Amino acid sequence: MVSPLSSTTDTPTEAPRDTVREEALARVLEALGANVVDSLLKPNDDIWIRVTAESWRATGETLKSLGFTYFGFLSVIDWLPSPFGKGEDDPTAPPVERSTTIKQGYAGGETRFQVFARLVQPFTTLGINIKVDVDDAVMAVDSWSSVFAGANWHEREAHEMFGIGFNGHPDLRNMYLPSDFEGHPMRKDFPLLARIVKPWPGIVDVEPLPGDDSEEGEAS
Amino acid sequence: MTMLGDRQQLAYIAAQAADARVNVELETEGMTLNIGPQHPATHGTLRIIARLDGEQVVWAEPSAGYMHRGYEKLTEVRTFPQVTALVNRIDWLGSFANEVPFILAAEKLMGVEAPSRAQHIRTILFELSRIANVSLFLGDLGVQLGAITPVFFAFRDREYVLNLIEAATGGRFHPNFDRIGGLKDDLPAGFIDETRVVMKKLRTFCDQIEDLLFGNEIFQARTRGIGVIPKDVALSYGLSGANLRASGVDWDLRRDQDIPMAWNKTEFKVITHPDGDSFARCWVRLQEVRESTKIVDQLLDTIPAGPVMAKVPKIIKVPEGEAWVSTENPLGEMGYYVVSQGDQGPFRVKIRSASFNNISIVPWLLKGVYVPDIITILASLYFILGDIDR
Repeated sequence: MVSPLSSTTDTPTEAPRDTVREEALARVLEALGANVVDSLLKPNDDIWIRVTAESWRATGETLKSLGFTYFGFLSVIDWLPSPFGKGEDDPTAPPVERSTTIKQGYAGGETRFQVFARLVQPFTTLGINIKVDVDDAVMAVDSWSSVFAGANWHEREAHEMFGIGFNGHPDLRNMYLPSDFEGHPMRKDFPLLARIVKPWPGIVDVEPLPGDDSEEGEAS
Repeated sequence: MTMLGDRQQLAYIAAQAADARVNVELETEGMTLNIGPQHPATHGTLRIIARLDGEQVVWAEPSAGYMHRGYEKLTEVRTFPQVTALVNRIDWLGSFANEVPFILAAEKLMGVEAPSRAQHIRTILFELSRIANVSLFLGDLGVQLGAITPVFFAFRDREYVLNLIEAATGGRFHPNFDRIGGLKDDLPAGFIDETRVVMKKLRTFCDQIEDLLFGNEIFQARTRGIGVIPKDVALSYGLSGANLRASGVDWDLRRDQDIPMAWNKTEFKVITHPDGDSFARCWVRLQEVRESTKIVDQLLDTIPAGPVMAKVPKIIKVPEGEAWVSTENPLGEMGYYVVSQGDQGPFRVKIRSASFNNISIVPWLLKGVYVPDIITILASLYFILGDIDR
């Protein structure tokens, strides 16, 4: 019998893996020292740390020396809630007021933009998510491209999509967009024009079937 | 062990020497060669700009983005169940495999686990996607190196696998079959017997390809020692899948990771190769198709009874949180970093696709190679354009 909505974090069988992550996190925290602003460990799931912007490059180097040699990815999160919601507003109606309160994710944060990356220890498959706040006035962090060669393209993509600079990156040309494109498409305040010019037919996500008791379906 | 290390080291030094020679040799007038965006060797629309000195590449840069569809942005305006229809189209040859990590990430955030029957069927369809995907690679590889026959074998035998996927899901290329909490439907009647027959056919196909292609002297001459990637370079570029295992890294997320899929209930070999050259990458893929057929066979024997869908609410709201799930897809590690803020749709999805990392090594790898080897190297790295651009 499958238990519905059972929490996977409560299963005792996976307990030994927690100690692995705890030890790994302890090692990382010891090596990074005061550079770590915040950290979070979810048992049987993952590790998150947040470091200071000044130590971003040094963090990459230290983690590499700790065995996190596999470069997973690097990207940016824009924590601003989208002023356009899901892009399903009626264009003829007056604009909808939306909350602009920023709600940060795991390991906290103080700024609208955060650069985050993932490194993995090969063979143990132990990964670590590293976040760093990007100061709104500076809008740049140091580049990882000399530490992890793979970061080169990821940083180019992040620069183009979010407008975050990477100090020391050899070549921040656009990858996807024309070089004279204005704006940064992945920012939350960049509208998804396709949704604005034409209403999205997928608004009606769940249509109750005939003979279906639609109690669950209507509870939203 | 030391011998393998030495071999790798020598290949690395040779590559470096080639690099240096290009720079030191007499000043000749360079030439810029444009390959693509429409070229048979580019699997779609990848453009490679190569600066040549005589026959050697001095500098090369892939220019991606001809197929950028902005899926990361689109996910932010869709609900969680609607996202699978998008991510299907990332690696279009192994579509079902794209859905799985996203669904697993959503399930992780919701604290739902699919019933074991659904996990089994997911794994079967996942491996069938891999077989369909990689068998086409094996045929296509021949075409790019001048051997026409293998591709006909590949298209013929891939069709059997696609028929199976279609029978189970209704879609040959874009199944959109995975649901949060399980699967859309159970397997159709007769699927298991039919799959067993097809797996036998695919093993014969592997033998044929091995004879036709891998035993061929010209093929070996064109791939052995070409495009050598040392282990540490592969790791720092974030290469994954067969490209990484061909450089001697014994790492497979199917075996090494604890996720709610049925791989841990089967026995299979993780294939590695010490050389790290084009031949090794192709050879590893061929063997992986063989192993995949064995995985499918084992799973067919042990499908548990039960439902294929856990109880989930009709309107899915995913609790606040962040989750990362990656799986060993046909092209390599594919993962989704999903951020939810308690809505019906994701707040941010970072799609980490294998080909993006795999192809980012091209500028490094093409330095100093000869022009015909560009094609070999691109073919052996094996990328899908949709998987680079997303």
